[in-house]
Amino acid sequence: MVEERFVQGNEACALGAIAANCRFFAGYPITPSTEIAEQMSILLPKYGGSFVQMEDEIASVGAIVGASWSGLKSMTATSGPGISLMQENIGYGFITETPIVIINVQRGSPSTGQPTMSAQADMMQARWGSHGDYEPIALSPSSVQEFFDFTVKAFNLAEEYRVPVVVLADEVVGHMREKLIIPDKVDIVTRTRPELKEGEQYLPFDAPEDGTTPMPAFGDGFNIHVTGLTHDERGYPDTNSPEAHTKLVERLCNKVLKNRENICSVKKELCDDADIVIVSYGSPYRSVGAAIKQAREEGIKVGSLKIDTPWPFPEEEVLKVAETADHIIVPEMNLGQMVHEVERVAGDKAEVHLIGKIGGVLHKPEEILAKIKEING
Amino acid sequence: MVEQKESPYKKYLRPERLPHIFCPGCGNGTVMSTFFKGLEGTDIDFENIAMVSGIGCSSRIPGYVKCDSLHTTHGRALSFATGLKVGNPDLDVVVFTGDGDCASIGGNHLIHAARRNINLTVICINNNIYGMTGGQISPTSPKGSFGTTAPYGSRDMPFDLAELVSAAGASYVARWTTAHPMQLSKAIQKGLENEGFSFIEVVSQCPTYFGRKNKMKTPLAMHQWIKENSINKRRAEKMEAEELAGKIIVGEFTNNPHDELCANLKKLVEETSGKPLSVKSAFEELD
Repeated sequence: MVEERFVQGNEACALGAIAANCRFFAGYPITPSTEIAEQMSILLPKYGGSFVQMEDEIASVGAIVGASWSGLKSMTATSGPGISLMQENIGYGFITETPIVIINVQRGSPSTGQPTMSAQADMMQARWGSHGDYEPIALSPSSVQEFFDFTVKAFNLAEEYRVPVVVLADEVVGHMREKLIIPDKVDIVTRTRPELKEGEQYLPFDAPEDGTTPMPAFGDGFNIHVTGLTHDERGYPDTNSPEAHTKLVERLCNKVLKNRENICSVKKELCDDADIVIVSYGSPYRSVGAAIKQAREEGIKVGSLKIDTPWPFPEEEVLKVAETADHIIVPEMNLGQMVHEVERVAGDKAEVHLIGKIGGVLHKPEEILAKIKEING
Repeated sequence: MVEQKESPYKKYLRPERLPHIFCPGCGNGTVMSTFFKGLEGTDIDFENIAMVSGIGCSSRIPGYVKCDSLHTTHGRALSFATGLKVGNPDLDVVVFTGDGDCASIGGNHLIHAARRNINLTVICINNNIYGMTGGQISPTSPKGSFGTTAPYGSRDMPFDLAELVSAAGASYVARWTTAHPMQLSKAIQKGLENEGFSFIEVVSQCPTYFGRKNKMKTPLAMHQWIKENSINKRRAEKMEAEELAGKIIVGEFTNNPHDELCANLKKLVEETSGKPLSVKSAFEELD
């Protein structure tokens, strides 16, 4: 039966995790993400899962990686300083191809910044935060419903591509209360267990050039070695071979990049005749609709391209709107992060304008409308 | 011709990974042998062992053992092991670590894992130095000892790991050395059998770095130094602090089984859901 609830975004996230079959949560309290940990501590034991409050955020990611290798879908949630601490073990998740989900409810920063105020200032950190070359997957919800849906989707993508997936929420989405519809059936990806064949050498990391391979659990009898060092198909360290390193890291990147079409998701509205397109993601999208409606009433043709997946960046979709529109406006709660991606992809097709807003308060529709009018002249 | 005897424990190793990277005279080999001896003294099935480690020479051990092994980030092995053990409490999880890995960068994880009394067996190979990075002093380097970052002798006070982990709440703690293989394997056996956090500190030799920097160039010289400086805990308890300066106190520090984390979590599931723990794994479809 479809269930309707009036809940907080962070609560919706926890419900999404349970629906996705997450059975392990390790975390550390931090505003404005704490309610996710609190909800998971209530829900998990009821579903036969485990919640552990760790000593810090470094340990939280360590624990969820360990739990993932025990065969459980696992998650942590954090914000600001916490996500900075997590970067090292997130990199470990990438190189070991461990499916985990990390919720980042973004807050005013840098450093301790504004714990109770909203921001979208960790967008590039999600892209480049851990050292080295890797291709992350990140989803940005703009409503309570999307926080539920995208959490489920994050687990699915994590399993499908065997990668850490980050949900880049923000304080507005985390703390607002809205109607949540929990569908009768949630589509979830179940992990494929490799087959143990007698007498055959099992190669745990032998994967196609742009893909991954089924992941066993510890205790399944495969006796595998998992290391953060550059490794070969057997999982054994091979740290001095330029070829082995290139092969591994290129594959890890390609399994995301070459599958961009399946991973990327956008929502396009009124773009066909638009001279101006608002490219947004996360909470600021909530102000876009009203701004467009007002602009259209005044005869200005404006459309919207909402990005669900900032990473991998949906280059094709952004390029497509840039080919027909003259201007792109990017409202984001930082001093300019994703706008650089838009410029990189569409800069020579359309003029790109930033409405960067920091301080913790969401863009008002009037602020977006003012930019539209300024461009329209 | 000298008869070459093959180690009875070679069957536990991944032959394709040999030779190992340890220096001649390193204590890691002794620790591995005593571990397997201790394991064979228990009812534990080797097939049920999973190993976790961090970064450093000692953390390379799981890579040579034919079991599921997770070689993680520096200092964080215990956090990964916590997730693995809570996720599947049926596994026998063993952590190999060193003084730099678990007492310095991983110090916080060490005391919290001990506090939770999670059923892990931790073998900490304490060679008083950072071997893999080339001989820098560690949090257990004796005051006055030399390292590549203590060219004038260390001015830091060292940690007493066995006392630290005991105070943090572990249910089994022992310290022995590579010069006490019999006692060490017995302690490892007890640690594996203990249903809780077991910490076995092994004072070991690094002739390559600690030895060379501290006028004990040969493995034998280091071994002698370890042996001559070791004092049994029972005897040490009757000695004055001044007499014990620079000594290695060996023996059992804690043997106090108590509430264990995974058992507590299992109880919580039974209380809240009214059902026994039946963890749905990522391999199973939802109802």
